[in-house]
Amino acid sequence: MDDRPSFRQEPAICIQGLSHSFGVGQASLKVLLDVQLEIQRGELVILMGPSGSGKTTLLTIVGCLRSLQEGSVKLLGNELKDASERQLMLLRRHLGFIFQSHNLHESLTAIQNVRMGLDVQQLKPGVNRESASRQALEMVGLSDRIDYLPAQLSGGQKQRVAVARALVGNPEIVFADEPTAALDIDSGRKVVRILRQLADQRGTTTLMVTHDHRILDLADRIVKMEDGRVIDAAANVTTYAGE
Amino acid sequence: MTGLLHRILGRLPIGWLQLWHNPTRLAAAIGGVMFANVLIFMQLGFMYALFDTSVAIHRRLDADLLVVGTDFQSLGHINPFPRARAWEALADPEIREMVPVYVSTLKWTDPDTNATTQFRVLGLPPNEKVFRDQDAQQWVPQLALANRVVLDIATRQLNPALVDRVQQGRPVTMEFNGIELQVVGTFRQGASFETDGHLMVSDDTFMRLFAGAEPGAPSLALLRTDPSRQERYATPHAEQLDYLAESLTASFPERDAKVMTLDAFVAQEHYFQGQQKPVGFVFMFGVTMGLVVGMVIVYQVLATDVQDHLKEYATFKAVGYSNSFFTSIILEEAISLAVLGFLPAFLLALVLYAVASHVTWLPIEMNWQRALFVLLLTFGMCSLAGVIAMRRLRSADPAELF
Repeated sequence: MDDRPSFRQEPAICIQGLSHSFGVGQASLKVLLDVQLEIQRGELVILMGPSGSGKTTLLTIVGCLRSLQEGSVKLLGNELKDASERQLMLLRRHLGFIFQSHNLHESLTAIQNVRMGLDVQQLKPGVNRESASRQALEMVGLSDRIDYLPAQLSGGQKQRVAVARALVGNPEIVFADEPTAALDIDSGRKVVRILRQLADQRGTTTLMVTHDHRILDLADRIVKMEDGRVIDAAANVTTYAGE
Repeated sequence: MTGLLHRILGRLPIGWLQLWHNPTRLAAAIGGVMFANVLIFMQLGFMYALFDTSVAIHRRLDADLLVVGTDFQSLGHINPFPRARAWEALADPEIREMVPVYVSTLKWTDPDTNATTQFRVLGLPPNEKVFRDQDAQQWVPQLALANRVVLDIATRQLNPALVDRVQQGRPVTMEFNGIELQVVGTFRQGASFETDGHLMVSDDTFMRLFAGAEPGAPSLALLRTDPSRQERYATPHAEQLDYLAESLTASFPERDAKVMTLDAFVAQEHYFQGQQKPVGFVFMFGVTMGLVVGMVIVYQVLATDVQDHLKEYATFKAVGYSNSFFTSIILEEAISLAVLGFLPAFLLALVLYAVASHVTWLPIEMNWQRALFVLLLTFGMCSLAGVIAMRRLRSADPAELF
């Protein structure tokens, strides 16, 4: 019996008729074509597809990093169509981002880098930023590295600091782009397990682009894209995981 | 320091940490700001020495108003005017006293050292009050006898043996244009950009020294008003004097002389030195060049820093930091560089001022107003460089991070 708390009454992400192109006129290139997708709260969804299939563009639009041209995207109930730059910026504060590259500030220690993910948030009274940042590092297994500079950390440790930075503010949705690409299998699974745990315990939604078949079993479902279209919104996890 | 900045800014002092993380770049930036600051300090030091010394004698004159030729620009280039205008001014009931003063320049070669000194010579009526201060005024009556001179002991590179002899009360003579003058006393005035020092002689001795000089054509005339007149008017004293200067000038039958207040006399000299002589422009150009050089160096450092951390800044953008946050980081770096560069530059400027003052005999001195002015200029210079460097930050597109 599934005993996960239910956060799935209202979709976290609702995409309808989304199309997007780069360039203008005859040089215009359509990269997304009439995409329809719904992701519930607390779901961990992996987006797969060949290069150029539109995964990253979809991630940047839904992540409020690129403006929407055609169609509708509702994020946590907020329509992104015609949203201003400021509205998108404020909405991004409820999101977490994990990039393929860690992008840690070289002059800040691990805990200071994590804290940057929190300082942008309005916190509830009584929440201590320092201890929250410390807890986030503990969660990714780096409690003994809090005062280390990025140059003193291994590649995997840096990526885990970046994960802690993305998660420290308790985001409602996490967008991740190949978060395990630079990690060995154990570190990679450890990172995705944390996302799985957050989905199960807090109802955090995760939309992840990855080619890493070693972590597919941790996802709720796989969305498959090709040539700018969603060709399968609920591909079988076990089928892919076995590939 | 990081903790203190954290409390002041209310966030992590990223700009400060970023600067210290790359010591080589920080040293280059501080060097640039220091260079700019020292250049500006030196230019301002020389410029204000020019201004101060050019009007130092003006400020000592005991006058409310002055009569000068219509073409008056500067005491160093003064032309005589008909003394009748000074009498006409004195005829006004508001004017209580008038003192004609004769001004010219003279070169003197020290027979002991063969060094040549350019003196500004003041021809004064010995029985009149000319100066406000006793240091100078006490010697004016001593000029009553012919061929007496009072020597400026702050004259640039004056033979110390000569000064010693004068101060010991031993008889000292100086020869000018074949006329021997006996030194009867000393006062302290000092050099300017145009002259090495000053001499006081009587008006009669002045006529002997300068063949072309005429008693009826003074260089300027000091006018002192009746002190009781201030009580008769409701308007401030300065306004009364402005009005009186205008009305006296208008009353002259010929347009060959004009009346100025002492403040206007000083302001005209400043204007001449600062605006009409190339040296004023040269100093301002030096200040501007210092600012430009400093700004370019700080811009290069900040722009490189932005370029090197574009991905990190884009990440901050992605998580919801606003443009004002990035502006505050760049300005934090700019202000930090301004302070870090200013402090050593200030100390170095103090040393260089002492050296320059010793070599040139000019009063090149630091004051808090100048230090504050240069600090504000530095803040402005670094902030402007930061604002320009900010433009690169706009290219940090978080969508490109994926």
